Amino acid sequence: MKQLLILSGKGGTGKTTIASAFIKLANAKAYADCDVDAPNLHLVAGWDFEPERTDYFGLPIAQINQQLCIECDRCRENCRFDAITNIEGYNVNPFTCEGCGVCEYVCPVDAIQLKPAAAGELMLYSHENKVFSTAQLKMGSGTSGLLVTEVKKQMKESAVDTEFAIIDGSPGIGCPVIASLSGVDMVLIVAEPSISGISDMERIVSTAAKFGTKTVVCINKFDTNIENTEKIKEFCEKHDLTFIGKIPFDIKAVEAINNGQTIVDIKCASGTAVKTIYERAMELLFNTP
Amino acid sequence: MTIAVLSGKGGTGKTLVSVNLAAVAKKSTYIDCDVEEPNGHLFFKPENVSDEEISVKIPQVNNELCDGCRRCVEFCNFNALAYIQEKLIIFEDVCHSCGGCVIVCPQNALTEKDRTIGIVQKGHSNEVYVKSGILNTGEAMGIPIINSLLSENKDVCDDMIIIDCPPGSACIVMDSIKDADYCILVAEPTVFGVHNLNMVFELVKLFNKPFGVVLNKCLEGENPAELFCMERNMKIIGKIPFDNELGLLNSNAEIVTRKSNKYKELFLELLDTVKREVQHETITNP
Repeated sequence: MKQLLILSGKGGTGKTTIASAFIKLANAKAYADCDVDAPNLHLVAGWDFEPERTDYFGLPIAQINQQLCIECDRCRENCRFDAITNIEGYNVNPFTCEGCGVCEYVCPVDAIQLKPAAAGELMLYSHENKVFSTAQLKMGSGTSGLLVTEVKKQMKESAVDTEFAIIDGSPGIGCPVIASLSGVDMVLIVAEPSISGISDMERIVSTAAKFGTKTVVCINKFDTNIENTEKIKEFCEKHDLTFIGKIPFDIKAVEAINNGQTIVDIKCASGTAVKTIYERAMELLFNTP
Repeated sequence: MTIAVLSGKGGTGKTLVSVNLAAVAKKSTYIDCDVEEPNGHLFFKPENVSDEEISVKIPQVNNELCDGCRRCVEFCNFNALAYIQEKLIIFEDVCHSCGGCVIVCPQNALTEKDRTIGIVQKGHSNEVYVKSGILNTGEAMGIPIINSLLSENKDVCDDMIIIDCPPGSACIVMDSIKDADYCILVAEPTVFGVHNLNMVFELVKLFNKPFGVVLNKCLEGENPAELFCMERNMKIIGKIPFDNELGLLNSNAEIVTRKSNKYKELFLELLDTVKREVQHETITNP
């Protein structure tokens, strides 16, 4: 399965808008939303029935049995995450506990146990030969990278014979992004022509390069700052990144999204531009080594 | 007074709001907790900058002492250790620095060393003290940098601290808002914006933080984010119009309140509203 991952570094540059357009254009049989912190692709993916839901268990969380606890303080002393407090007895803060198990190990009276904790929900939409895998991380949870891996696994297992998949990524460069990069064939970076956007693009390019993933770049809302658009193109040339096109700012894109449509469902300038970018991306994904 | 600026979705204008609030408050501290993609420093261009390296503890093995018992491998819940071909291998980038392997090793073959994951950068821009956390690319976890950014503000005696949070609602955001007296939720008028606003709304409710919403990129006509706020009785404390002049200044990393009187007034008014809200909170919920 050839996998195309859409990333941006900076949030709000148009990852999901472009991913949904690509899915429509490709009539994609397999796709996933790996922005498990703030998933949005389901809002425009056009599925009008409920998905199959599975609880996602991240790392376990420590629990202290107050009856057995002798208040020796060893758990609190050894916890590197400051997850244990001794206000009105010893307790674990479930939001800061990382499930390492050190407290369980150092407790001399076996008062501490690691217990599985639901950290989110996996969702799978499937109909005829199409699958869409997505998830929602529980608030404050710290295992987004593992959940991203699960989302991709769920997609692959449900679409074994599918030759092409589109993955919508998350902003940033950390844990979930690194997890989404593993095993993909090409990354499309959606850049935005602002000083912030350029800085963030440089950081995501450097992250993808560390994992050796082939990377191509497009610019969204290019006409909001032509000078910065030129800077992005120069950056691509200098770093041997293939630049595959630019999309104008388009008020109709906002209207389409707010109606639950993709930008290629209506006639608009951004939809026309994204078609060219899609064709170039497919060419590069399938026809270059 | 500590104000956290957040939004589930990226690109709604967190940095625009936090940078400009800090800039119009006479003396303030701006803290950029979006350590994966920090942008505040691009606007402030702080002077007299000093960098401090932030590191985490990771294990190192003394192969002469290791007898291959694999207790560390079995203990590690993060799969950061493996014993392959009679050698202990440590995967530094998945290590969570819990220190467990060192504790369980019966041979004392494991010790810890520092591994740099990024920096905290401090400097001044006019009257604003600017602190940014910058995670090295390729690193997965920025939390230790956020902790370092937030730990020492007790000695900053400024009356206004503005925290620019990362997007999302995961652990990294929770860490950023834990000490805040008030949260500003920035939302944009799209269905994506509304969906993600709902997530941070749940987050601030969970932590019982007083909050207000700033609507950004407001266009004429119906605003789904505004409707959402009205339906749920969420207080709207400011509206920023969709405006090409603002967009251009902001995309060139200019601080709009230092360039335009119109926006200086808008953000001064927002700052006053926030201060009033916080005072009101301290009176009603001391």
